Order: sequence, then C-alpha cells, then structure tokens
Amino acid sequence: MTAALDVKGLTTRFETRAGHVTAVNDVSFAVQPGRIMGLVGESGSGKSVTGFSILGLIDAPGEVTAGAVLVDGVDLRQLSTEDLRKMRGRKVAMVFQDPMMTLNPVLRVGDQMTMAVRVHQPMSKSDALQHARKALEVVGIPSPAERLKAYPHQLSGGMRQRVAIAMALLHSPSVIIADEATTALDVSIQGQILAEVRELADETGAAIVWITHDLAVVSSLADDICVMYAGRIVERGTAEQVIGGPRHPYTQGLLDSIPARHEPGRKLPQIPGSTPQLSRLPEGCPFQPRCPRATDLCRTEPPLDVRDGQAVLCHHPLEGV
Amino acid sequence: MTVPILMIDAVSKRFTRRPGLAERLAGKFTGGGKPVTVHALTDVSLEVAKGEVLGIVGESGCGKSTLGRVIAGIHAPTSGSVTLNGQQIADQRRGNIHKLTTQVQMIHQDPFASLNPRMKVGETLAEGPRYHGIIPADQVRTRIRALLEQVGLEAAYADRLPHQFSGGQRQRIAIARALAMQPEVLVLDEAVASLDVSIQAQVLNLFMDLRHDLGLTALFISHDLSVVRHVCDRVAIMYLGRLVELAPADQLYADPRHPYTRALFASIPTVGTGRGRFEAIKGEIPSPIAPPPGCAFHPRCPFAGPRCRAEVPRLTTAGPVRTVACHLNDGGVDMQKGAA
Ligand SMILES: Nc1ncnc2c1ncn2[C@@H]1O[C@H](COP(=O)(O)OP(=O)(O)OP(=O)(O)O)[C@@H](O)[C@H]1O
Ligand SMILES: Nc1ncnc2c1ncn2[C@@H]1O[C@H](COP(=O)(O)OP(=O)(O)OP(=O)(O)O)[C@@H](O)[C@H]1O
Ligand code: SF4
Ligand code: SF4
Ligand SMILES: [Mg+2]
Ligand SMILES: [Mg+2]
Repeated sequence: MTAALDVKGLTTRFETRAGHVTAVNDVSFAVQPGRIMGLVGESGSGKSVTGFSILGLIDAPGEVTAGAVLVDGVDLRQLSTEDLRKMRGRKVAMVFQDPMMTLNPVLRVGDQMTMAVRVHQPMSKSDALQHARKALEVVGIPSPAERLKAYPHQLSGGMRQRVAIAMALLHSPSVIIADEATTALDVSIQGQILAEVRELADETGAAIVWITHDLAVVSSLADDICVMYAGRIVERGTAEQVIGGPRHPYTQGLLDSIPARHEPGRKLPQIPGSTPQLSRLPEGCPFQPRCPRATDLCRTEPPLDVRDGQAVLCHHPLEGV
Repeated sequence: MTVPILMIDAVSKRFTRRPGLAERLAGKFTGGGKPVTVHALTDVSLEVAKGEVLGIVGESGCGKSTLGRVIAGIHAPTSGSVTLNGQQIADQRRGNIHKLTTQVQMIHQDPFASLNPRMKVGETLAEGPRYHGIIPADQVRTRIRALLEQVGLEAAYADRLPHQFSGGQRQRIAIARALAMQPEVLVLDEAVASLDVSIQAQVLNLFMDLRHDLGLTALFISHDLSVVRHVCDRVAIMYLGRLVELAPADQLYADPRHPYTRALFASIPTVGTGRGRFEAIKGEIPSPIAPPPGCAFHPRCPFAGPRCRAEVPRLTTAGPVRTVACHLNDGGVDMQKGAA
C-alpha cells in the first residue's frame, strides 16, 4: 500500500538574529490511509513548523531547505505555487488550535462551506449545501441544517472546532493535519471530538497527523507515534511500541514523569534541566545535557537505530519490549 | 478530620454583566443589552483542615477560579461566608481585609503574566513582605535568598529579570513569592497547566517537598485529574458553580459516585490505556447564565429522571467521609435504573 503521506528528510530553517536555527531537522515519517499519526513533543520542539512545512506554508524568515512531501505519491515540494494551492484543501487539509483561523466571522457557516466546496468542485449551490450538511453530520453536529444558518460566534468553542474539521473534510482529503485541535477545549468536548476523529479515520480512510503536546491524547487516539525533540523525530513506532516499550531515553523520561504512572504522593522521576533553545544546541545529540545514558560518544550525531519498525535516534537506545 | 483552618459556608457568587455581542446574536437572551446574571458559585460549603491539600476539579467556567478568589479575599461572596482560623475573610469590615488576605496567597497559571517584567526577581519577592511588614526590613534580603534556594533556584537569581527564566523557573519564582508572605493557605490555580510535562514533574515535586517541610494547607485547582490525584488528599468536583462530589482522593478515584464524576473520569484519555479507550460525555456544557433547573447535569446525565429536572439535589453523605449531590444517592435508586 502506498502511504497517503510520505515525508522524507524534511528540513526547515529560520533566519534569526542568533543565526540559522533548524526548527525541523531531517524529519521523516509515513502515514497510511485510515491511520492516525500522533506527533508529540514539548513546546518549541518543532511540531507546528513540521505541519506548516508539509503544507508549504513557511514564509520568510523561514525556508524549507530539503526533503520531499509525497501525498498519494505526488511531491508537493515539486509543484508550482498554483498547483500546490489546488492540492491544499482538496488533498491535504489543516485544522488549527483556533478554529477562527479557518472560519470567516462575517459569513454564515453554510455560506462559507458552500463557497469552500465550489472552489474545488463545480456544483450547484444547493448541492454544495447538501454536501456541507453531510460533512457537519460526520463530525457529530446535532441539527446540522440549523447550524448552517449560524454565524461562527453563535456556536460554542467545541462546535466551532467541529465546523473547522468539517470544512477540512469537504473534499475528502487524503491527508488531514490537525495542530492542537482539541487543546483549548474542555475535556468532555475533547472526548467527543477525539471519538469522532477516530471514527472519521476508520470510515473515510483519511490519513491524519494529530499534532499535540498531550501524551495521553496521542496514546488513546493514535495508531502510530512520532516523538519530537529540538526539531528532530527522536522516536517513531506504533503507539504500542512507543508507549509500551519506549527506546529513546527522552521518550522514557517523558512517560516516567506522568503522575498517573506512580503511587499518589510519591516523588516523580523528573528530566533534569529544561527544553533547549534551538540557537544553543550542544554538538551531537541535542538531549545529551539532560540524558541519564549520555556518554562521550553522544557528542557525535546519533545514528538511526531501527528494530521491528520502531526507530530511534540514539547512540544507546533502551531495550524497549 | 482535624480542626478545619478554612471554612467555606454556603458561598454563592453572582456576577452581573452585559451580554457580549456574540451572546446577543446567539439569541441566548431576550431583552437586548440588559445586564445578565452569571451564577459563578451557588451554595458551596467546604472545610479544609490544617495541612490538607484539597483538589478542585471541573470544566471551564464551573467556578473554580471564582472560589479561589473568594477564599483569597479578592471577591466578596454574594452570600455566605469564608472564615480562616475562626476569622471571617468574606464580608469583612474594611480594616481587617488587608491583614487577613495576606494569609491566603494565590498562584496563577501563567507565571510570566504574573511577574513584573521590569522588576528584578529579588525585588518582586521582597515587595509584598516589605509592604505588609511581614519580614523585618534588615532580614528581607537573607530571607529572599533562602526562599529562592528553597524553591530550587540559585540565590544569585535575585538579581535577574523574569524574561531570563524558563517557564518552570518562573513558576518556582511565583511559588517563592507566595511563600514570602508566610501564608496560612495557598491557592494554586492551574499552577502547572502551562508547563511541559518534563517541567511539570519538577514543579509538582517541589510542591510536594514544600508541603511536607512547611505543612502547607492548599487548594489545588486543576482540570488535570491525574495531577490532582497525585498531590491532593481530598478532591471536590464542581459542575456549573456547584459542588457535586467531595471525597478523599483514593476513594473518589476508586469509586466515583456522582454521574458527572464518573463520566468525567471515563472521558479523559490516559497514557497507556490503548486506542479509543475513553467514552465521551454527550451534550454541551450549559451556560452559567441560565443553568438548567433541578440538577444542572440532567441534560447530559444518563440516569436523569423526572425528579432531576425539578429538584436540585442536596449534598448528602455517601460514606463516613464523603458527600455527593445526586438524587440517586439519597433515594436509594440504583444506577442501572435511573432516578425516579
Ligand atoms: N517565524 C519564526 N521565526 C523564527 N523562529 C521560529 C519561527 N516560527 C517558529 N520558530 C521556531 O521554531 C521552533 C519550533 O516551533 P514550533 O512552533 O514548531 O513548536 P511547537 O512544537 O509547535 O511548540 P508548541 O507546543 O509550543 O506549539 C521554535 O523554537 C520556534 O522558536
Ligand atoms: N469578574 C467576572 N465578571 C463576570 N463574570 C465572571 C467574572 N469572573 C468569572 N465570571 C464567570 O463566572 C463563571 C465561573 O468562572 P471561573 O473563572 O470561576 O471558572 P473556572 O472554573 O475557573 O474556569 P476555567 O477552567 O476556564 O478557568 C464563568 O461563567 C465566568 O465567565
Ligand atoms: S544519543 Fe546519547 S545523549 Fe542522546 S539520547 Fe541517546 S544516550 Fe542520550
Ligand atoms: S440528580 Fe439526576 S440528573 Fe443529576 S446527576 Fe443525579 S441522576 Fe443525574
Ligand atoms: Mg505548535
Ligand atoms: Mg479558572
């Protein structure tokens, strides 16, 4: 099966006063149709820049300097600006943390959805409206016909995010990239949306990249997980592999620091130090100053160690399972 | 339970405000731009023992921060009272409020917003104790340096500005600033919510250390159930301004009694439970401007019966040390069948 999304060696740099910083560093992963890839990492690790880079939405002072982004086998990076624009929205869609990045506040939901449909698919207004109504149904919006007449601000935050997801679904894209799409929502509403996203992947066969800082969310939603640290994917594997038997010391440290995994009241194992600034990374492995397994060797670039499809960027990986 | 240090007795807090444009358009109100009443807290009663850490849990807008602010003396309650060591905090005559409120210190979610960016950290820490005469002037400097070390920072950091610190370090500074006031009670309002997991563990460890070393009494407000379980002795669950369940943490997590608590626990993804292992609560959170009649949870409750739509359930005992506000609890109706 060809992957719906195949990212190879994606590298994005920003020109800053402190010199070049590599926000996305040689990132590679593939997502099969109908699967959800959780892209997880702490603040500043490069998750959002990865999402934007895939969609070709990086502007100066940033630049994608290397890599390929294959969507159904077509490399988006080789396309003209015009062709890329056609692919965006139709083949690849994005959902943001703030749904108002997608929604137009002055247009009724129905009007903007029909407009969005007709940009890529010529059809009558009433057909487009039908299509929009179906998309709202898919994301679990009650009485969709009524919601079509509403303005975005007449909806709750959860409803707005659902509409944004429905907009992303309009053209049955092969790939959906969602960046912290439920982070601002209440847990009960987040639960509803996650359940719908899972169903959506299963039923429509869309490949989904779910970007979040929340390990619990990826662990219960995703089929596969990529862990990012300082612009690199340091571990990649199935959710069972990464959560059940992490092989990168950073992944292990993250999982260990979660309170739910320990007796209440006990001291939590903690990763020392703080997340590094990209402009001040050490030589070799970026995790080295915080890593309990670090040796002199770690001052050189760590190799990619792959076992049963579980890949880690580390000189001294853990055993895993 | 030992002697309560803090007593919250039937506290209600209502805010009156004009509806926003969005709310008016949404047609939630008839009567145009007339002021509306937000029922932020309704009839909340709680006691907190000395040395106890009480968790406050609930979804956005359920009144957690408002409760914290009432306890800290920032808001006066609309009705009811709060007493600390037998002295009223709420509806105080003016002179007293000052002295008392320094005894409750709040720590907020965003450590950056709560620190003055142009003031050296040492100055920020010294400001409160100096103004209120809590530490003798000649000892302020030594105390501040000791405090910085107590929260795991270097004493020399006193001379730095907030922007030179990471999020986790800033939250340590915020904790140090609260401790500098030598408070009786700390209110931590989502104090670790904005921190990365690896940093969150550091700050939680610090909190647990301080708690043991200083015998802190604290209200720990959070929407993160696993964090609350880790650091709290008892947990209060709130829904739409009301307390719906109160129990020791171990009992609550082992056996949640209120349908909302159960649903909340089931709807939260946890690490390692595996794919799709959570159940969503159906429906939306109702507005605190027009709370549903009867039990506010009834539009979303799988057990709701006619009584739930008409009558507000009272907090009743559900065991020696726990209470719950649900008709299922006092009517002897079982969860399979629903309320009569
Ligand atoms: N326009 C820009 N100019 C310079 N640096 C940038 C720019 N945008 C992003 N960066 C840098 O790229 C790095 C990655 O940022 P990114 O937004 O992808 O992080 P993230 O993983 O999404 O974090 P968060 O969880 O906080 O959203 C950061 O260090 C950031 O400073
Ligand atoms: N100063 C105020 N004026 C008007 N309404 C207010 C004020 N403070 C709070 N409210 C309202 O009271 C209700 C409770 O708010 P509160 O901030 O206590 O909730 P919370 O549980 O802390 O929510 P969150 O988890 O989002 O912080 C909300 O509906 C809020 O809009
Ligand atoms: S390469 Fe070395 S420093 Fe980096 S994670 Fe592996 S053991 Fe730790
Ligand atoms: S009182 Fe009724 S509606 Fe409310 S939680 Fe109990 S059973 Fe559900
Ligand atoms: Mg981001
Ligand atoms: Mg709050």
